[in-house]
Amino acid sequence: MAVQTYDYLLRDKHGKDYRDLAVYRAAGGYKAVLKAHQMGGEAIINEVKAASIRGRGGAGFPAGVKWGFVPKDTNKPKYLVVNADEGEPGTFKDNYFLSHDPHRLIEGCIITSMALDIHTAYIYVRGEFKRQIETVDKAIADAHKAGILGKNVLGTGYQLEVYTHSGAGAYICGEETALLESLEGKPGQPRLKPPFPAVVGAFGCPTLVNNVETIASVPVVIEHGGEWFHKLGVERDGGSRLIGISGHVKKPGLYEIGVGANMREVIYELAGGILEDRPLKAVIPGGSSCAVMTPEQIDAPMTLDGIRDAGSSFGTGGIIVMAEGTCMVKALQRLSHFYAHESCGQCTPCREGTGWMARIIDDIEAGRARQEDLDTLLEVADQIGGNTICALGDAASIPVQSFLQKFRAEFQAHIDHGGCPIEGPMPRGTRP
Amino acid sequence: MAQAFSPQADAEIEAILQRYPNRLAALIPTLWVAQREFGWLAEETMELVATRLDLPPAKVISTATFYTMFHKKPVGRYHVQVCKNISCYLRGSDEVTAAVKQKLGVAPGQTTADGNFTLEEVECLAACGRAPVVQVNADYHEWQTAESVVALLDRLAAGDTSGGV
Ligand SMILES: Cc1cc2nc3c(=O)[nH]c(=O)nc-3n(C[C@H](O)[C@H](O)[C@H](O)COP(=O)(O)O)c2cc1C
Ligand code: SF4
Ligand code: FES
Repeated sequence: MAVQTYDYLLRDKHGKDYRDLAVYRAAGGYKAVLKAHQMGGEAIINEVKAASIRGRGGAGFPAGVKWGFVPKDTNKPKYLVVNADEGEPGTFKDNYFLSHDPHRLIEGCIITSMALDIHTAYIYVRGEFKRQIETVDKAIADAHKAGILGKNVLGTGYQLEVYTHSGAGAYICGEETALLESLEGKPGQPRLKPPFPAVVGAFGCPTLVNNVETIASVPVVIEHGGEWFHKLGVERDGGSRLIGISGHVKKPGLYEIGVGANMREVIYELAGGILEDRPLKAVIPGGSSCAVMTPEQIDAPMTLDGIRDAGSSFGTGGIIVMAEGTCMVKALQRLSHFYAHESCGQCTPCREGTGWMARIIDDIEAGRARQEDLDTLLEVADQIGGNTICALGDAASIPVQSFLQKFRAEFQAHIDHGGCPIEGPMPRGTRP
Repeated sequence: MAQAFSPQADAEIEAILQRYPNRLAALIPTLWVAQREFGWLAEETMELVATRLDLPPAKVISTATFYTMFHKKPVGRYHVQVCKNISCYLRGSDEVTAAVKQKLGVAPGQTTADGNFTLEEVECLAACGRAPVVQVNADYHEWQTAESVVALLDRLAAGDTSGGV
């Protein structure tokens, strides 16, 4: 069965420049704002609940439910903060909206704000995305000039300002409370939860934090209806979403699929299969923090529950594919150094443990490790998970635990061999 | 002479302050303006930011030093950042880094003697579907190979920034 793809969100094949406000409007853009305004806050929230969107930032929390946590009656200002920090290795979907369809995101911000009576929205963009920030800033300025943002949004009398806020190079700022600290001008160190941002968020005020893709899906939900959007996916995990495939496939890139598509088919049909038609060795299904899977595990529906039942997690939908010929120790080495580098240092197990794990893996790869180092590695990983303020600790442990579980023989072979036993190069890929 | 913001930068900082409910929140955007004006964040520059925003210097320093993109020492005219994370690694980023090292004669973290190029290895740049990825200043260069990155460096060394820096 061929995998069904869509172009509701991913409109790169339309041959149109949606960054241009006139082009965006000609395709029906900003009409959903007027529709939403007539519906009113309660009805918008119900529509998003009916759509059954699970947050696209990685944790998969139902968006409508989260919106419901933002207090209605409060004398404090409320904020919308869009998480555009996109830093999870293997993830490159939000980049698409920021680079090519910024008005979609702005339209989503307007509707979301109307639903929750919010009048200031910040889009927190990772600092490396300088061009993307320019693109979004231009779209905001164009929208302002056209009366789509500002004191009287499209003549409705609703007031909204949207600002971009540039990060400055710290993966941890993708974690929502670290992001809020960073927005407030401080080092990006996660806060203890509760309180959750919906109640005490930016500047001590109720704040909705959602991922770029979550917010960019909102105009589609309002235009076509929540039930309709829901049916593109499955029960309790609705809609279409972007998945990014990278690594050893013939056609890496972004695809829009209905939630529930089969992962094997996505890899072998949409992404064209494995480079050089080599056997598949391993898949990380949703960004680097998800447990690695072996080829027997990948016949799974791409839903949060489906990938969990198959032994990993959906995460951000960034699928990383590794062909036979990849050294799993080297692959893990990249990830472990990443987490060690990005730990914010607040919790001892994470700060010390991530560095320790990276050093042991270096030793294994270099052939310096002793037998007992393998057990130490696993013990360190087991002691970090669950003992920290934020989920980065788990994110650093899961790759180590799962690589050792699935590919222990390869780690053992490094020790027995006194170095890397993987012969021959990785497959070569060229621009498709 | 003591550092000072240009009138244009000063106006920009004034506009930044309008976006937030307090001055501290304007800090990171203002540090970006300062880095653009002065190239990197010397102690003197951080003090200037502290004075401009009326914040304790310690707050400015603790934030500025937390973030890797704020330079604590000068960087070259072209900041060549090769992604080394997993998707780029799988598609050959080590060869790209090796080619840059050989071409420029510097290791990651170093700047060429003429001050033109700084090489750095960085984490995932969120363009993994077009790996390997190299960022030079603001621009992304995707689908890189050892050959293409050398051609890019040659072009930049010749002062040609037409295809983006
Ligand atoms: C270490 C870490 C990094 C994260 N990075 C991101 C990120 O880059 N982008 C993102 O949207 N969410 C990221 N998240 C998840 C956010 O904390 C939060 O759940 C999300 O932004 C909520 O939006 P959603 O409900 O629309 O998914 C990260 C979480 C952790 C623990
Ligand atoms: S788990 Fe790691 S990244 Fe998260 S708060 Fe603790 S030290 Fe910081
Ligand atoms: S791993 Fe290099 S851009 Fe993501």
